Amino acid sequence: MRRVVVTGLGAISPLGNGVENNWNSLLDNKSGIKKITKFNVEGYPCTIAGTINDDLIDDNIVPLREQRKIDRFITLGMIAADEAFIDANFSPNEEEANRYGVIIGSGIGGLDTIYKNSSILDNQGIRKISPFFIPSSLINLTSGQVSIKYGLKGPNSSPVTACATGTHAIGDSFTLIKNNKADLMICGGSEAAVCNLGIAGFAAARALCDTFNDEPEAGSRPWDKRRSGFVMGEGAGVLVLEEYEHAKKRGAKIYGEIKGYGLSGDAYHITKPSEDGNGGYRAMEMAIKESKLPLESIQYVNAHGTSTPVGDLIELSAVERMFENNKNLFMSSNKSAIGHLLGAAGAVEAVFTLKSLQNSIIPATLNLDDPERDTFIDLVPKKPKEAKIINAISNSFGFGGTNASLVMGSI
Amino acid sequence: MSDIEERVKKIVVEHLGVEESKIGSDSKFIDDLGADSLDTVELVMAFEEEFGCEIPDDAAEKIVTMKDAVSFLTANSN
Repeated sequence: MRRVVVTGLGAISPLGNGVENNWNSLLDNKSGIKKITKFNVEGYPCTIAGTINDDLIDDNIVPLREQRKIDRFITLGMIAADEAFIDANFSPNEEEANRYGVIIGSGIGGLDTIYKNSSILDNQGIRKISPFFIPSSLINLTSGQVSIKYGLKGPNSSPVTACATGTHAIGDSFTLIKNNKADLMICGGSEAAVCNLGIAGFAAARALCDTFNDEPEAGSRPWDKRRSGFVMGEGAGVLVLEEYEHAKKRGAKIYGEIKGYGLSGDAYHITKPSEDGNGGYRAMEMAIKESKLPLESIQYVNAHGTSTPVGDLIELSAVERMFENNKNLFMSSNKSAIGHLLGAAGAVEAVFTLKSLQNSIIPATLNLDDPERDTFIDLVPKKPKEAKIINAISNSFGFGGTNASLVMGSI
Repeated sequence: MSDIEERVKKIVVEHLGVEESKIGSDSKFIDDLGADSLDTVELVMAFEEEFGCEIPDDAAEKIVTMKDAVSFLTANSN
């Protein structure tokens, strides 16, 4: 049986650039959520988001003239991929390159580029449309760009499953390595939909927080009574997955193991999760079954926990039902600090989950002042907790009723 | 160097990220300056923008070198 381990990590999020900066800020209870200043949000019901300052985007990694030809979501994905690539410390020869692939997805892709080119077409005509418009906004172009940059000729694709994208990208890569179709995969998600059309669209769907515009850092508050919707964030998370023997042979540093992957569909509603939480439950069940772990050996749930009125409680109930006999369970939501990174969320959260496993510390759920209801699960309110965790599960659920779960653990 | 050549060179530096000293009047955008076919489309658009003229597709195809661009724009710019 081929086992799959994690040998490289990369992240850029509203908490900063680089895994260490992100992790330290997360443990310091910092929030990356601020007022939107990049575009005019007058009249928008939500005027806050988790944004990344442009000066954090390293143009040594993606030169400015290249950034002009690609949407921001690709730039962010390439920055996280570069960190993960360097962290994993490998350089494929020609034969190996065919067994090394890339699966980096995005929920939305180049929305801002599409919006701008649409305006150009309407106002200036077809001759002003950039030849780079399509390749700068297609979702699979992060995978394409990364494969070109590092010469990786193995499997190359990109899931598009809304807010579950990052988790699907990692899970699909895990499955490819396990089934001997690849030896190493660079995988994850990237997103940069904090733009006027992105905020307007999610606001119209009544999905965004609209009650903390004057207090941005308090806007994302999973399971708290005063939560009113998610706060959008931008960023990217990238992992290097590798077959265990392959990693051992080259003496790679190993963060942890991917032990199981589950996925399911709600078949219920385009934006709402099914009320009984059955879809999320079945995704967790499939992942745990593949991991062959007894339930009591999983100590931590890295929640989807978006801070929406409906979704938070449905996930909580599904996790309670799954782990009813595990009274020492922790569950926290990184989205309370970084916001909801949509297609990048599952990937950045997988990075954080691996850091939790490595350091035996669980990041807090910020702003959880007054929980909506009692639970036997420790939701890690406001302050991180030290706890020995051997195994963890991370959940991601998306519009369309798509669900994905990953079981990760110490090797 | 003519004013037009200067402006063309500036656009090429900006779009292709090549050093100014590497650009000669015989330099070919694709073979010598590292452009790909999409870059050349964008270069032509930038020339149109800078010089306020329209470069039809059949003329654009013939703009292969710096010299081609400068002579077309000298003859056609407003």
